[in-house]
This record gives sequence, structure tokens and C-alpha cells, in this order.
Amino acid sequence: MNILKNTFREISRYPSAIFGSIVVMLLVILAIYAMIKIPYNEAIRLWRGGEDVWYQNPKNAPPIWYNWFSEKKLPESFVIKAGVGEEFSKVITTKADGSSNIDFEYEFPFDYDVFPPELFLYFSSKYDQKQPFVSVTMVTPDGTELRIGDFGVSTKYTYRFSQDERFAKRINRIMKREMIHPVDGIFAVPASDPATPLKGTYKLIINGVTFEKDSDIDAEFVFHGNVAGWFGTDHTRRDLTVAMLWGAPIALAFGLLAALGTSLLSMIIAAIGAWFGGWLDELIQRITEINLVLPFLAILIMVGTFYSRSIWIILGVTILLSIFTGSIKTDRAIFLQVKESTYIEAARAYGATDMRIIFKYLIPRIVPLLIPALVSAVPGYVFLEASLAVLGLGDPVLPTWGKIINDAETYGALYKGYYYWILEPAVLLMFTGLGFAMLGFALDRIFNPKLRGM
Amino acid sequence: MTSEPNESTGVSFKSAASVTLKRVVRFMSFRVLMLLVTIVIGVYTTILIANMGGYVDTIMRNNIRETTIMKVAAMTANKPIAPEARQKMVGDLIRLEEKRLGLDTPFVVRSFRYLFNALKLDLGRAQYMVSDSGSRTVRLILLERLPATLLLMGSSQLILFFSSVFLALMLSRSYGSFWDKLVITLSPTSAAPPWFYGIFFILIFAAIFKILPFGGMVSAPPPETTIGYSLDVLKHLILPASSLIISSFFLSIYTWRTFFLIYSSEDYVDMAKAKGLAPRDIERRYILRPTLPTIITNFSLLVIGLWTGATITETVFLWPGLGRTIYRAIGYYDTAVIVGSTIIFAYLLAFTVFLLDFIYALVDPRVKVGGGNN
Repeated sequence: MNILKNTFREISRYPSAIFGSIVVMLLVILAIYAMIKIPYNEAIRLWRGGEDVWYQNPKNAPPIWYNWFSEKKLPESFVIKAGVGEEFSKVITTKADGSSNIDFEYEFPFDYDVFPPELFLYFSSKYDQKQPFVSVTMVTPDGTELRIGDFGVSTKYTYRFSQDERFAKRINRIMKREMIHPVDGIFAVPASDPATPLKGTYKLIINGVTFEKDSDIDAEFVFHGNVAGWFGTDHTRRDLTVAMLWGAPIALAFGLLAALGTSLLSMIIAAIGAWFGGWLDELIQRITEINLVLPFLAILIMVGTFYSRSIWIILGVTILLSIFTGSIKTDRAIFLQVKESTYIEAARAYGATDMRIIFKYLIPRIVPLLIPALVSAVPGYVFLEASLAVLGLGDPVLPTWGKIINDAETYGALYKGYYYWILEPAVLLMFTGLGFAMLGFALDRIFNPKLRGM
Repeated sequence: MTSEPNESTGVSFKSAASVTLKRVVRFMSFRVLMLLVTIVIGVYTTILIANMGGYVDTIMRNNIRETTIMKVAAMTANKPIAPEARQKMVGDLIRLEEKRLGLDTPFVVRSFRYLFNALKLDLGRAQYMVSDSGSRTVRLILLERLPATLLLMGSSQLILFFSSVFLALMLSRSYGSFWDKLVITLSPTSAAPPWFYGIFFILIFAAIFKILPFGGMVSAPPPETTIGYSLDVLKHLILPASSLIISSFFLSIYTWRTFFLIYSSEDYVDMAKAKGLAPRDIERRYILRPTLPTIITNFSLLVIGLWTGATITETVFLWPGLGRTIYRAIGYYDTAVIVGSTIIFAYLLAFTVFLLDFIYALVDPRVKVGGGNN
């Protein structure tokens, strides 16, 4: 207990250690939050679900906080389902002959300087023989009623505002222009050229008619803005929130497991080699030298290309290749010194078994040295996973930070100016790396008396 | 040597020399043998991995089968031909292609053939990759990429090495100063690999300010004059080289500085200071001299490290170097290129390790060749 207390007191003397521990703590909290907020299966569904899951998001939209820094306010995306809340009201009036009027109304503010790219209405309806019919109207802030379209609604029907030829003609007539984008036309100041957005409250009105008893219509209004969500979206309309959140537990798991596995195994092997000596020790030394010749990254790439890109396979190979490296030599040198201590001799004298001496007397002596090395090794492995992902060898299922960087690189985020796409995972990676590195650095100076004064 | 009988000085001197020679020869041959065994096992392991223990054969066989069937189907599309004849044609073509790639001999036999050829430095021919000049010779494919890698890695690693040793020496003299603390504070930044800084550099200097190119080695079309060409290459070199340098700069300085500090707190340095020797002399004779073996080791490992290139940095910057070639070779399942690059690295490493033993003995009088602890 006392040692722990002393260690904490020591740590608090190093500002970088405090910063490092805070970052690591925040990461752990983020990882736990991610796993609770979006359970694993849900995360995989959101990440790999396909268009059915992603249709609500615009393509390559920066995050909403982009607006805080830009002078031109970009419209925010939103999705609203009719009849769920108060805002998008749904009123049904049934007539005697079984037919009914279903009226939807939704008011939303529009205070942006740019036109949104696209609006959708997703209808679903229930009927036996005769399709329900709807007409869509938009009331602009100056009171004009814009008739958008009238159409029958099948069981599943998607209405795209920009794809309606008739509406496009009408809006061009109203705007006294040719070839104006229909969505721009809805939100533009009448007859403005070039079109400028008209700010204020818009009202979407949908008047539906059903012709049968028990026939029903449901509507969902999808407003694709130019910014979406806290993390933006990528080229396939995926919300990057999933990847940003889930990147944390994956990065932590990979980094910690690899660091822990590598340092523990190499420590145990070094202890066994140093204790028994002879051919065993010699063999370990030779394997270490052979391992030096093997091309580490190339082997990982080969495993990823030929065999499996699963993150757990890569983790296993990484640990296997990292056991027999310089650390085994450092550990061995320390063990050789410790081996000569008197308390080991005492243990031998009372007849302790080899395994007892190795695990109870040799290894505990080196643990203080192991902890800083372990913490400092974490960023290396976190970045290794990201590096492989940047080479296109990321795990095929899991969303990781490295894979986002790879996607962004592949789809030209840097050329096209989607900086958020590359910066978000990069900043998270940087914080992870810096946090562990700073903590490990400080721990090294605390546990390593040789460095204390320096 | 102390165990030698000490009858007369002349005899003892002569026998001492011959004992030394014997010891050196015995040590050398043992060392060479061990290194050779290391290389053989290391390269054979690489061969096994590069073929996934024969699994790559299956992938290639399926590939050949598929492409041959497609080819035959395309060739005989508009011709009246009996199905049996077509089958025979497919079979013949597959056999021919498998023979060309050596798939007709079992993998175990082939793996040893690869090993012996590799050890003889007969790198052979690539299966799919082609050099820019159109050759399939692995030697040419690798040699063609060597200058690009040497330029990038060489410039960055040499700058990194010498500047960090020099700066570390300066810092160790004034430790505790502002600059010293700054380096300590900044050294955790080395946790991030070069490509990571590369992305930021591209973002800042290429995408936002548009003053340096995104990647590649020369503009297209390349400038006509030699001077223009070199300047153009230099312009493309700045970003990848600086990301390679910056990613290990502070940690490197920190490590060297700590290393020098440990040596400058030795008693004999205090003694020299007490004697009133000039700081320059102390540095040269009492600090740099004993640290020379370490400096040389690091430098020589750096030099042979140039061979492997920087795969990911080269990929991010589209730099046509060796690292990227290896990465592409893996994508093509081109074992010959992968093994070729590994064997050269293995030889370079073994040769350097062997040479270092002698260099240690030259620069450090405490070290005897073949002395050591055995």
C-alpha cells in the first residue's frame, strides 16, 4: 500500500505524468461509454449495415461544430418521423365511407447561408386495393404556399425533392429562371439571382387521402444538410461517430494486450533462460538473433494479405514477433545480476523448486522496471494497428481510427478538403499516443533510479 | 594469457601472439558459422512465411485456373470447337503456366531451391512484377528502387543521427536548462510514427498552403534541365524527409543526452574536471571515447536500416522506394522479390555484426576479440 501511495505522490510531481494519466483515464471512460452507448452488434450494424442504415445522412458532411468556425452557416441535417413527437403532427379524420384524410404538418427553422443538398420524404402505407394519395406543400417564411408534388403512395415510397421533373419546371417558372436546383428554389428568396436563401420558419404540409378502412400512411422527413452529427459522415453516408467512439476500445485493447503480452512473455522467457542457463539460454539468444533478420512489418503485411486481416490474428503475430527482441536481452542482463543475490542462494538452500525461484523471487524483482516499459510500449502498438490500416490491412469488420484515415486517404479527403475526416481520427490517435508516452516517460524516471536526477 | 608458462620473455611473447591469433581465428570461425546458421534459418523462415507454408501455391493455382479458363473462352468464343478439345487446351495451358511458375514441383523441394539460390545471392526472376525498364530480374527491380530509398532514408537518417548526437552533447553540458527541459517535454511526441506526421504535413503544406507537392518524387512532366530536375526532387523530398526526421527527433536527442549524462557522471570525469582539463578535452577524451562503440553500433545499424526503406511513409507520400516495392510484391504474392530483399538485409546485418566485433576492439582497448566472457 505504502509503495502505491509513494508512487502516486511521485507521479503528482511530474506535470506530464498528470496529463498522461488524465488522457489515459479519459480514453478508458470513452471506451466504456462507447461500449455501453453502442453495443458491439449495434456498432457493427451501424458500420456495415448498407444504405438501409445510412440513408438518413448526407455524403461527406463535416461535423456540426464546423459552423462555429465558419462565417457561412451550413444547414444541419435532421431526420424526423411523423406522429412520434409533437413537432411533426399527424391528424386523421375518418369519413363515413371508410376513407380518411391524414394531414401532416411540420415547422422547422432555416437560418443558414447555404442551400441544403437534398430533401426526402420516406412514405410507408397500408392498403388492400387502392393506393393512398398525398400532396406535399411547403409554406415559406413570406407566406407563399409552394405546391411541391401530388402522387400516389405505394407500401414503400421515397420522394426526392430534386428528382421531380414537374416540380422542377414549376419552381423555375416561379423563380423566373432556368435550371435552378429544385431544392434551392424552395429555400431561395423569390426571383433572386443569384439565388440567396430566405431565412425564417418553413412549414411542410402533407395532405394524404386514404380510400379504404384501416388504410394508413406514415411519413419520415429526411433533411440532408451540409453538416451532420458530432463527427460528420464519410463517402458512404456513414456516421463517423460509431468509428470514433469504437476506435477507443479497439485501440486500447490492441495496444494494452500487445504491450502486456509482449513484455510479460519476454520477461518470463528471459527469466527461464537466465536461471537454467546452458543450451536453453543459448537457444533463446539464437532465436533472438534470427528474429532480428526477419522483416517484421513485411511479415505482418504478408499475414494480412495472405491469411487474415482479423485484428486478433494480427495481434497474435505481433506478440509472437515482438517477444524475442532487445527487451529479452535487457531482461536477461538484469536477471543474471539478480541470480547472484544472496536471497536467491537462501531460497536455493531451503530447497525451493526452479519454478518457485523464477516466479516468486526472480520475476517480482523486475516488475518495477517492467511497468514503465509496458506503458511506453502501448503507443507503438496502437500506431502499429493504425499503420497496417493505413496500408489497407485494417480489420474488415471493426471500425478503427486507422481505417478511417485509410478511407479518407483513399477517397482523397486531403485533395477535396474534407479535413475533418482525417483530423478527427488523427487527433484521437495523437492523444492516445501522447497520453501513454508521457505517463510511461514519467514512470520511467520514477522507477529508474539512474534517471532520477536527470 | 595469464595461464601461459612464463619461462622467458621471448618465448612468452611469441606464444602469446600465436595464442592470440589462434583465439581470434577460433572466435572468427565460430562467429561466422553462427551468423550463417542465423541467416539460413531466418531466410528459410521468411520463405516459409512468404508462401504461408505452401498456401500461396493454392491461391496461385486457383488464379491460374481462372484466368486460363477465361482466356480460352475468349479465344474460342466464335470458333466451332469440341468441348473435349477445349478442355484439353485449358489443361495444357494450365500445365504450361504452372511449369513456368515452378508449381509442378512440390513446395518443400522448391523452398530449399529458393533458399540455396537466395544464399548464393542468385535472386532469380520475379513472377509478376516488372521493373520500369521492363525486366523481370529481381536484382533490377530492387536496384531500380534503391536510389529513391537511399535519397529519402539516407538524407533523413543522417541528418537525424548527426544533429541529435550533436545537440545531445550540447544539452548534456547544460542540463537542467530551458532547452533541456523542452526536449524532455517534447520527447513523448516520438510515440507517433513518421507517416502520422506526414499526413499533418501534407494537410498543412500541400492542401492548405499549396506550397509543396502532395507526394511523388518529381513533377509530371519532369523538368528538362539537370538543375531543375534536382531542385524538383528536392522540393518533393522536403515533406517525407522532415516527417521521418521529426518523428524521432526529440526522443533521439533525449536518449543520447541521457546516455552522455550517465557517462559524464563517472568518477574519472569528475577527476578530470578536478585536474582542470578544458571542457573540450574532457568531452573528447572522457565522454566521447568510451561511448564510441555505442555510437558506432547505432550508426552502422542505421546504415543497414536504410535498405529496408520506410514502407508506410513511402506509401503515404507515393515515394517510389524499396519499402513500397516490397509492399507491392506482397500484394502480387511475388515471393522472389520479398525473399530477395530479406536475404540482402540478412547479409548486410550479419556482415555489420561481424565487423563491429573488430571495430570494438579497435576503438576500445578494454575489448579483446574473442575474449569476452567465455
